[in-house]
Amino acid sequence: MNLKPETLKQIDEVITHYAAKRSATLPLLHLIQEDIGHIPDEAIEWVAAKLELEPINVYEVVTFYPMFKRKPVGRRHIKVCRTLSCALMGSYKVCDTFKKEFGVELDEVTPDGEVTIEFVECLASCGTAPVVMINETLHENVDEQKAVDLANEIKKESGVRSQESEAKP
Amino acid sequence: MQQRRIIFKHIDEPGYTNDLACYQRNGGYDVLRKAVARPPAELIDEVKKSGVRGRGGAGFPAGVKWNLVDRKSGKPIYLVVNADESEPGTFKDRYIIHQDPHQLIEGTMIACFANNVKQAYIYIRGEMPEGARILERAIAEARAANLVGPNILGTGYSCEIYVHRGAGAYICGEETGLIESLEGKRANPRIKPPYFPAVLGLYQCPTIVNNVETICHVKHIIDMGGEAFAKIGTPNNTGTRIYCVSGHVQRPGYYEFECGKITLGQLLNDVCGGPRPGRAFKAVIPGGSSSKILRFGETFTLKNKDGSTRTLAVEDIPMDFDTLAACGTMGGSGGVIVMDDTVNMVEALANINAFYAHESCGQCTPCREGSLWMKRITARMVHGAARAEDAALLKSVADQIPGRTICAMGEACAWPTQSYVEKFPEDFGNYYETKKTPRGADCVPLI
Repeated sequence: MNLKPETLKQIDEVITHYAAKRSATLPLLHLIQEDIGHIPDEAIEWVAAKLELEPINVYEVVTFYPMFKRKPVGRRHIKVCRTLSCALMGSYKVCDTFKKEFGVELDEVTPDGEVTIEFVECLASCGTAPVVMINETLHENVDEQKAVDLANEIKKESGVRSQESEAKP
Repeated sequence: MQQRRIIFKHIDEPGYTNDLACYQRNGGYDVLRKAVARPPAELIDEVKKSGVRGRGGAGFPAGVKWNLVDRKSGKPIYLVVNADESEPGTFKDRYIIHQDPHQLIEGTMIACFANNVKQAYIYIRGEMPEGARILERAIAEARAANLVGPNILGTGYSCEIYVHRGAGAYICGEETGLIESLEGKRANPRIKPPYFPAVLGLYQCPTIVNNVETICHVKHIIDMGGEAFAKIGTPNNTGTRIYCVSGHVQRPGYYEFECGKITLGQLLNDVCGGPRPGRAFKAVIPGGSSSKILRFGETFTLKNKDGSTRTLAVEDIPMDFDTLAACGTMGGSGGVIVMDDTVNMVEALANINAFYAHESCGQCTPCREGSLWMKRITARMVHGAARAEDAALLKSVADQIPGRTICAMGEACAWPTQSYVEKFPEDFGNYYETKKTPRGADCVPLI
């Protein structure tokens, strides 16, 4: 496991928060996913060893909680809320707009690795529906036009990044 | 209708920031300072006298919950603040955490001191990463100011608070599922008895699990006294309540009123501006997506204390725990979801059923299989293969779930199907025909 020193420091700190090491399973998985983007087999084994558990104890947790990803997702993880209040205000159309803008189906990664779209359950911001989370930022009252604007912003930024990477071969 | 903002006093106030200095400028932590000078039993007594009922969903009196804690076991007592806020339609805790986190921390410390808790956790849903960071920063500020941590305010009393993030599972809002999750496991709820958190909770120790809003109320109860708090609201439904209104109203949002002093009609029409132009209300979910739906136009005949009866329309129902329960639904988490006449209830139910099928932990067969079949049936209806017998089929599946599961998710997933099918027979019986008719442009897909 190639984790950043900062992540390792946070991991050692968070384990001290609990009377039983196993309680640190979710926090460790969050920290690792924030660092390397997803939870590979290697991470499951690493967490198990760190917390003195069997790998199955960690694996069953990873597969239970929807936020933990077994495979890499795009640099921009777009989560559109699907549940009733957002749906009533048009979130299905918003989700379709994002899919069309990036030419991907749900849970796929665009070929440039930039975007994954997920249609998630309630994000607890029903009063400003429809809502969309892009990585850790919540966007409220997202209609189809605002979805296009957000998509354009992402395309612009990822265009800049791909130009930069071409510039330094 | 005038709001009575106690918990939301500073929410959206211009210039009010979520740091310790601002909180203390507005009297923050004064209540904690006074509380730690009093005997803990007296504080518990104030909460009992206040009559405050849990704001997470079940409406169980918080004072009674505290009273059930096993204080003789010799084991440490834990307090867990339930900030999982996972019931669709509910979005109040988000604003408390983001804009006034110290209010929650002060309430937590008072609750901990009252119950001799040395270790508290705030279990916040995974989808609120910013909220978790804000809380962690606020706790660090409070710790630096000797308001959290060892020997607070020189009293000799020590208590730590840690933030624990969930990872996207609805069932973590159920208190025993939450405890399992906090122990680093799948959030499979525990069976009660014997696993009442007050006796066998976190690490098999006595544990108090209270909702964010309930814990904030604790601060205000200790501030004003239990008896004064009990005078707010209506008998047995004391204090204020935050109602979260979403869906088809002109002004969705969060509104704090004295519990039961506002009717559903006043809330939706006077406060939220009524239906969208040219539309009429069709249905409303009064207390989070699992509560049974109310149909505009239906009436309820309720018994008064003196034996006489009164008849209420949906608009006349006061928004308190008891009247909503008497009308066959519940105050739940305070999440009010409104649907107007563009909505077909088969489609709305298909949306909700997809949610519950996704969120069943899978432990109990009736819930795991039942939620899945209800989802499949309603999805099939919407996608073109509705049958005349579907209403009866849905009802038969739903009726076999409640009371046969470890936790209340069995009820939560069955109540929508039971109530939608019963109250909107024309939508369910006739769906095949409905599908053939072109729909208006303002009718959006729900599944």
